Amino acid sequence: MPQSYSSQSMTNNVDAATFKFSVVNEAIFSCTVLQEAFKRYEPLIFGRRPETLYFHSQARRNVGVSGDIDELVVQLGKPCNDVDAPSLQSDESYKLTVQNGQAMLSANELWGVIRGLETFSQIVYQSPTGGMVVNNTVISDFPRFNHRGVMLDTSRHYVSKKTILKNLDAMTQNKYNVFHWHIVDDPSFPYQSANFPELSQKGAYDPETHVYTQSDIQEIIEYARLRGIRVVPEFDSPGHTQSWGKGRPDLLTKCYSGSSPNGQFGPVDPSNNATFTFLKQFFMEVGNAFPDKYIHLGGDEVSFACWQSNPDVQAFVKRMGYSDYSQVEQYYMQQLLDIVGGLGKGYQIWQEVIDNGAKVQADTVVEVWKAGWEDEMNKVTKLGYKTLLATCWYLNYISYGSDWTKYYGCEPYNFPGTEDQKKLIQGGETCMWGEYVDDTNLMSRLWPRASAVAERLWSAQSVSNVQEATPRFIEHRCRMVGRGFPAEPINGPGFCREEYIVD
Amino acid sequence: MEPFKCHSCLVPIFLVIVGCHGYINYLAIRLPLQGERPPPGSPWPQPKQWQQSPDLLTIDPIKFQFTSDTDCDIITKAFERYHSLIFGYKGLWVAEDKPTLPGLEVVISSKTCGKYPSLSMDESYSLVINNTATLTATEVWGFLRGLETFSQLVYDNQGELLINKTSITDVPRFPYRGSHLDTARHYIPIPVLKQNLDAMSYNKLNVFHWHIVDDQSFPFVSKTFPKLSEKGAYSKLHLYTPEAVADIIEYARLRGIRVIPEFDTPGHTASWGIAYQELLTTCWANGKPGVAIYNKHAEHEILDPTKNFTYEFLGQFFKEVSEVFPDEYLHMGMDEGYYYCWFSNPNITEFMTEQGFGKDYFKLEQYYSERVLGMISDLDKKYIIWQDPVENGAQVRNDSIVTIWKGGYSDWRRYMESVSSKGYYTILSSCWYLNYLTYPPAWRQFYSCDPLDFTGSQAAKDRVLGGQTCLWAEFVDGTNLLTRMWPSASAAAERLWSPAEVRDNDTAYFRLDQQRCRMLRRGIPTEPLLGGYCGDYEWGFEKDEPQLESTERPTTCINTSTCLLSISHYQLLCVVLVLSYLLNSCK
Repeated sequence: MPQSYSSQSMTNNVDAATFKFSVVNEAIFSCTVLQEAFKRYEPLIFGRRPETLYFHSQARRNVGVSGDIDELVVQLGKPCNDVDAPSLQSDESYKLTVQNGQAMLSANELWGVIRGLETFSQIVYQSPTGGMVVNNTVISDFPRFNHRGVMLDTSRHYVSKKTILKNLDAMTQNKYNVFHWHIVDDPSFPYQSANFPELSQKGAYDPETHVYTQSDIQEIIEYARLRGIRVVPEFDSPGHTQSWGKGRPDLLTKCYSGSSPNGQFGPVDPSNNATFTFLKQFFMEVGNAFPDKYIHLGGDEVSFACWQSNPDVQAFVKRMGYSDYSQVEQYYMQQLLDIVGGLGKGYQIWQEVIDNGAKVQADTVVEVWKAGWEDEMNKVTKLGYKTLLATCWYLNYISYGSDWTKYYGCEPYNFPGTEDQKKLIQGGETCMWGEYVDDTNLMSRLWPRASAVAERLWSAQSVSNVQEATPRFIEHRCRMVGRGFPAEPINGPGFCREEYIVD
Repeated sequence: MEPFKCHSCLVPIFLVIVGCHGYINYLAIRLPLQGERPPPGSPWPQPKQWQQSPDLLTIDPIKFQFTSDTDCDIITKAFERYHSLIFGYKGLWVAEDKPTLPGLEVVISSKTCGKYPSLSMDESYSLVINNTATLTATEVWGFLRGLETFSQLVYDNQGELLINKTSITDVPRFPYRGSHLDTARHYIPIPVLKQNLDAMSYNKLNVFHWHIVDDQSFPFVSKTFPKLSEKGAYSKLHLYTPEAVADIIEYARLRGIRVIPEFDTPGHTASWGIAYQELLTTCWANGKPGVAIYNKHAEHEILDPTKNFTYEFLGQFFKEVSEVFPDEYLHMGMDEGYYYCWFSNPNITEFMTEQGFGKDYFKLEQYYSERVLGMISDLDKKYIIWQDPVENGAQVRNDSIVTIWKGGYSDWRRYMESVSSKGYYTILSSCWYLNYLTYPPAWRQFYSCDPLDFTGSQAAKDRVLGGQTCLWAEFVDGTNLLTRMWPSASAAAERLWSPAEVRDNDTAYFRLDQQRCRMLRRGIPTEPLLGGYCGDYEWGFEKDEPQLESTERPTTCINTSTCLLSISHYQLLCVVLVLSYLLNSCK
């Protein structure tokens, strides 16, 4: 729901045969993002399937028609170029006016145009007589939060590039702007590194079919950029790194039973200097491959048992004078943060890094994921860090019935804290961990449940009434189905005018 | 140097060599999987007797021949289907160092071609794969099950098609193994219904229980009463036309699957009432007809059992249904007949008095069910009903089959005990309500529920005909039906087919994962059971085109690198792995 939205009953005909997009002062204000967006939205506005393309209405000039819209005029506040990429600071605000045969979309930045086009495509609808129409409407809109993310886990199960791209389209339809790519984890290492090919050669489920090549990644990033979506990769360490050890066994701590290694490996070995040499080279590559300012460094769920069993780490602890193994974790993260910070990158991290007392850059984004998020948000914002909420939105946890209302009702400001603390909340993320999810069910499990989160993160805090949201939510699900996404039914019995057609 | 550890390091190499096609992974490194990984080409559900020799044969897709001693369209079409299921993707090679299996010879001892599958069909078969392969069955239905098994025994190992010498004698434990779909809460498109029939055949399920209409919509197009769907369907796009229904029945028949439609009455009939309101009971409130009371009754609901019109209408309607659906059984529903509306209606009260029913509304329900079931009998059909009328004390005909649906996974036994002790035939569905989502997935529950695991006489147990999964569609449509159904329904399928002793969850996990990956390869979006992957094919990968030319691996050795390529990948991988383990672990 836009921040400000007023719609009148007078409608305007929109005829696909004549409709076009135009840009004010096109010479300076034209770039690929705009042109590609226009190409995408034309079929989205007028219907995806031939049988629904009956918009050459025979019954034009209905009672209450105030004009014909022949073009949507786009006015951009500042010149754009082909290297523009969305960032945490992007301005996504826009104004959309449809009045008596005139339609105008204005925005300061490209990203606002992308959001506004999406809104425009949603307010055009098919009239009962078959023609496409749009009501006289005035919208002034901007996101409540700058960071509205979807996290996919491509390690527990491989997710094909095709599905990742399709999911980026679904995200655009829901005004998400960050794809948090939890690309590797314990089970597999599908990232194909240019400098360390052995990582995926040994660590991917299959080194040929279950990998993301550098060109796959560039394609995904560009596809996302055109939709105003940032791609923030997560290379989680020092835990969740079993798959790294397949290609680089020396990176991980050897676990001991008594006085000898037991064949198991633990977290990254922080006592070995070679570890940090490798990480520096590796993250330099990652930093180049993923142009976004931020890299997610993980840092969650580190088990100390293996470190405690290993004589090298024990010696390291003694040498450093540590009293506690959480200091080892702190040491590791500090080294890593300094390396990545030194590359000119910002970082996103899971909450444990802060809980363990590491010092992080001022622009660090801390992601809260554990239960008891209210206290954690209070604590992290008190320390002055930018914060994201994920705890409420673990959509991999499925349950029977209309569970979207639970996600819709989670309000990031509902924690004890001052206004200044709340200003540090950058938004949140929907997480889809991959234990039981792959290409077969990812889309239907994520959508439309993630749409509930999308509205929480975009719309005003006051837009929170489930009863009011329900009919819009149902309509939105069918709109997604109509655009070819297998968004599952989640409000009980019913139907969509266009049902999902299996590809 | 630790020789023992070296030995244990070799385990992964063994796995690479056997090349099983499902690779489920641990949930967490601390939670390694238990159980034994099965050899590749392990069938699901597990046959009654299954002996596998380590001797391997190879298959040449181009030369392989299916032959049959009996002329039958079901057999001919099955050969076509299975040829593409087994060979329908590229990159398959003949293993040159192994003897070639020339074909599969089918012997139908009855020498007859069946028309429609039935409750009494014979699905037993035996399958012997030696230097030649023979599939023997009494009836064509056993042939279909045996051909499915054969197709599962064949596997590809890095592109080489292999099959172990094997001997199988198989027969289902239960004759009724069903999958129920609800196409009223949400419409399910025909292609999805067909995919589900395919998936059923891959799991040897043999009944599609089609809960075709309900309160919410009436997508079935009746020729006798076309208004039912004109008014009662969601839209003109949400219909099952006579042609579509016939198409589904034929599709199922060719796969040995019965289609049993359910037209649920007297409750669950709101959509009937959109076109024919006079069928429904008018509910009363505050002395006025046609008034709803929230959460008690609607304005009109549940068929009016006191009017002759009701029976005349149903008589004509079910006559059509009995002609459209060839199976000897119809499912007559009869669940959840809530009496509130009947209580409220003075005409019904009067009727009760006339009939001497007093306040016993179950007698009214019994009256209704007797009349309707009698009508079905007169149409020469048999019937299945949900447990409710029996539970309410209604006497239904004693040859009725009763579907037990209450009690869930933990509490179904008392219902089974009570219904089966009354002498009715039963089908269990309580354990297999797949629409109730859980996290993590509950396949172990589905797998371990045994329909005979209740206290009762041998005679009572003999009356258990099997079981079925149910997928009620409140939250299911074409977007998620198949993933919600599979592989959960596979777990139930093995329970209903295989001997009761086949029950080790941990070992079944791996075989089920193999089955999941096999189903993916065949085009069913079967969702994952746990982390991991499916070899070189996943859902979402580009589908292969079948190869039509040579099946010989290129073997020209011009220089060392091409010579190396002529060694199969796994041999090469094996050498590399052995070397690396020797270098790393054993120094």
